[in-house]
Amino acid sequence: MCLAIPGRIVELVPGSPNLATVEVVGVRRKVDLGLLTDDMPAPGDWVLIHVGFAMSKISEEDALEQMRILTVLGESEQAEQEVRGYGLEESDGSAKPN
Amino acid sequence: MRFVDEFRDPEIIHRTAEEIRRLVDPRRHYRLMEVCGGHTHAIYRFGLKDVLPGNIELIHGPGCPVCVLPMGRIDDGLAIAHEPSVMFSAFGDMMRVPGTQGSPLEHKARGLDVRIVYSPSDALKLARSNPDKHVMFFAIGFETTAPSTALTLIRARSEGIRNFSVFCNHVTIIPAIRAILDSPDMRLDAFIGPGHVSTVIGCRPYEWISAREGKPIVISGFEPLDMLQSIVMILRQLNRGEARVENQYKRVVPWEGNRAALRAMAEVFQLRPYFEWRGLGFISQSALRIRDEFAEWDAERRFQVPGVRVTDPRAAQCGEVLKGVLKPAQCKLFGRECTPEHPIGALMVSTEGSCAAYHSYEHRKEHLTGIQRTA
Repeated sequence: MCLAIPGRIVELVPGSPNLATVEVVGVRRKVDLGLLTDDMPAPGDWVLIHVGFAMSKISEEDALEQMRILTVLGESEQAEQEVRGYGLEESDGSAKPN
Repeated sequence: MRFVDEFRDPEIIHRTAEEIRRLVDPRRHYRLMEVCGGHTHAIYRFGLKDVLPGNIELIHGPGCPVCVLPMGRIDDGLAIAHEPSVMFSAFGDMMRVPGTQGSPLEHKARGLDVRIVYSPSDALKLARSNPDKHVMFFAIGFETTAPSTALTLIRARSEGIRNFSVFCNHVTIIPAIRAILDSPDMRLDAFIGPGHVSTVIGCRPYEWISAREGKPIVISGFEPLDMLQSIVMILRQLNRGEARVENQYKRVVPWEGNRAALRAMAEVFQLRPYFEWRGLGFISQSALRIRDEFAEWDAERRFQVPGVRVTDPRAAQCGEVLKGVLKPAQCKLFGRECTPEHPIGALMVSTEGSCAAYHSYEHRKEHLTGIQRTA
């Protein structure tokens, strides 16, 4: 339930001020940055994502460690499923689920 | 220690475990509560109990949103799903949680329109693309999740999407900790504080626990080393006779929390006078309701719900387990009628529930050890 998934900001979505394309476990999805408006992340930054919203900025090292944690906890598949589920499987053009 | 060794710098982990052994007073029994269900899962998964001295007891706290939701609320949500043209949407975690007449998934099998969403904003998206339906989002979660629901409601209002509503079950962690401390059969020495809730609320809301109750609380990350370091910090405080709020998870949790998230919550939600928690009973000011300004998007005001209190199935002792009075395996149904495949209580549904975590790791281990012993 309180899954926090690390992702890297690829680009801010033009015309949607609080939306960014984020790469998570090899999948690209739109993630809401509305909770980080006081300290907006930029492309290249890593964030922790919870239910489709970025909740905090983290370092790359911590992002990789967080991914390893999810794997060891047996939650990485769940995380991937969650991320693929964002946007209800609607492709944003850049995502290529295998 | 097998799982522990998979993490960065196992040498530091071993040294930290040594430090814990050095710090404990062998004549004393330590009762530490990990508030967050994510910690409960991690503790079992990493086998942390094998690393800790026998006189440190970890008590599992109330921080599993699915587990503390009383069955009556599930029934209420499903009653709305029976209204004409209503689409019921919820996170996957909710889908197997039993109501009186079965889980949301079982209702789906009987023909109700039940959808899994991974984000509240996807529930709003369902409303946009199904204008002839009413999409109700069954919201659960602590302060980690509530800001996302709040932003979604702000969007729904600003876009004027009227075929969308939220059935709000968001709860707040601080009153639950207070209820546990007020409970006479609960003697605790200190708390391992929740990590992700604290990214939102920060560390200040815990200050009364140390100042007024005299208990140390250390906000902790989820890696084995994080939790061991948090236990070191707690033991040092206890040994010095101190009680402070400390933040072990500084790399993610700012002391002041996330102000943007708190603003969104304050705009949309207000405290309910009281709310029922499974196992803990009614706790005052422990949950959020939707403000009048957003009444149109409040499922509780748009629809009639039965609002009936439902007791847990007889023989299931979820309440005692949830309060830490009983260990999961001490429940009469544990591993027999109630398993992760066929859960009767919510603690067996979520991986963050202590019963499911215990069943997946400890129970299996004990079972195997038993076989080896008899062989």
